[in-house]
Amino acid sequence: MIELKNIDVTFEDKEQTVKAVQEVSLTVEKGDIYGIVGYSGAGKSTLVRTINLLQRPTAGQVIVKNQELSVLSPKELRTARKKIGMIFQHFNLMRARTVAGNVAYPLKGSELTKEEIGQRVDELLELVGLADKKQAYPSQLSGGQKQRVAIARALANDPEVLLCDEATSALDPKTTGSILELLKRLNKKLDLTIVIITHEMQVVKEICNKVAVMDDGRVIESGDLVSVFTAPKAKLTNEFINTATHADQALEKIRKHPSLLDLHANDSLARITYVGESTSTPLIASLYAQFGVTTNILFGNVEILQETPIGNLIVVLNGDKHQRDKAIAYLESKQVKVDLIDTSHTVIPLRRTKIS
Amino acid sequence: MINWFETFFAHSLSIQSEIIDSIWETLYMVGVTALIAGLLGVVLGIILVVTETGGILENIKLYDFLERGVNAFRSVPFIIMLALIAPFTRLLVGTSIGTTAAIVPLVVGTVPFYSRQVQNALLEVDPGVVEAAEAMGSSPFEIIIRVYLKEGLPSIIRVSSVTIINLIGLTAMAGAIGAGGLGNLAIARGYNRFQTDVTIVATLAILVIVMISQVIGNYLVKKTSH
Repeated sequence: MIELKNIDVTFEDKEQTVKAVQEVSLTVEKGDIYGIVGYSGAGKSTLVRTINLLQRPTAGQVIVKNQELSVLSPKELRTARKKIGMIFQHFNLMRARTVAGNVAYPLKGSELTKEEIGQRVDELLELVGLADKKQAYPSQLSGGQKQRVAIARALANDPEVLLCDEATSALDPKTTGSILELLKRLNKKLDLTIVIITHEMQVVKEICNKVAVMDDGRVIESGDLVSVFTAPKAKLTNEFINTATHADQALEKIRKHPSLLDLHANDSLARITYVGESTSTPLIASLYAQFGVTTNILFGNVEILQETPIGNLIVVLNGDKHQRDKAIAYLESKQVKVDLIDTSHTVIPLRRTKIS
Repeated sequence: MINWFETFFAHSLSIQSEIIDSIWETLYMVGVTALIAGLLGVVLGIILVVTETGGILENIKLYDFLERGVNAFRSVPFIIMLALIAPFTRLLVGTSIGTTAAIVPLVVGTVPFYSRQVQNALLEVDPGVVEAAEAMGSSPFEIIIRVYLKEGLPSIIRVSSVTIINLIGLTAMAGAIGAGGLGNLAIARGYNRFQTDVTIVATLAILVIVMISQVIGNYLVKKTSH
């Protein structure tokens, strides 16, 4: 559906040259919800703007629906853009038009008659759940409602692609959730391909099936969500994932309150991560039954990513050293990742244990 | 009381019809100039906005040229402008004296000021909205009409009312070189013939016109802002 090939975007002025995007190649399939995540300044927004050529790449090709955009005439490009919806962080609604007027904006000049436009507007507002706000002006709406209007407007010409540039970054968590819910529904109902730019891994986790991580203009890691989430390769990816699972914050808290721990010689602090099926076997019970190792859960979190459960536990394993090792080996044989955590109070990155 | 009034405004009362004519002349000059300069100023203001760096029809050379022209014309004091373009006025309307002749320098004096005001008004339109319109496949012409002018309307009305008030001031100055109107009345009669009451009446009439323009402007701004 969308293919970016070796995209470079370089901004030049008298003083400096900024390489905003460097050699980015991405493929977004039809029906994907593709997340592009990165800190501000990573080049995500510039990258998404190349998809509808709001930003012309300095080098590389942009192919949307088998059409290379950069060779189109201005008129052809405008026609192509009508089929690529876009929503923005600050909604970018027209203050001088009502909700209905905003949604009707892209329909003017199409073959539709006035009545048909009115009908289409009603349909779209129904779709985003704002039928009752038709005659309101944007200034009378909340942030979430404004974004819904923007979504309705972006969908007016039946696009197959929707680009979201930090579309939830100006919204509170609850509203973010409802907007993401809406996007997910539109993805299913209209078979809409969605590209989401965000700095929040939470957003990606919530709805994306694929993810690319950007840093300093480059894509440093990409793939389907579950594999990136469970086996991140880049350090930055790891950082983003931890912001979404809260495991690091939990660990930090535990470290700061040694009283929570009160570890003895036969205790070890461990982080347990499991994916998918292992969730359904009663692991903790097995540890006690088979090895006499008790498990004290300090922190637990289960995420469902793309229908796949992913668990994160921080536990204290108690038992004879020998038994503990066996228990850990057992867990690993069940595809459960165990990281033993150094309990000295210096903060040391998690260490992967290798058990022979 | 009535006696005192009649004594003080003796001159004014004796030339009532002349005062009425002067008011009409001022309104005529302001109205016609506002129409012509308004159109030219809006067009020029739009060209300035869209050709600027990052504008939807970026054209740095044209922008620089217009920008310098606007600045140059704005720098010429209006009273000098009147004299400076008198030959051009004669060429255009056959004379450089009278109400209609005054419209030429008034337009030339108003357009640079107004176009700059319009430019600033349009720059207040959220660039994000312009970007959204581009993303929706709007052509530059559509963006000008359906985004810049529509979204910028309240600001354009606001600067227009400022410009009209400014323009009323200019018509009074044009009166000094024989353009007629309330300015001419205040100077040629009130000042030169020591008929101070005429000057006061002319001033009051101008104040009323200014206030009415302001009230209408404020009303329209309020009505178009959402």
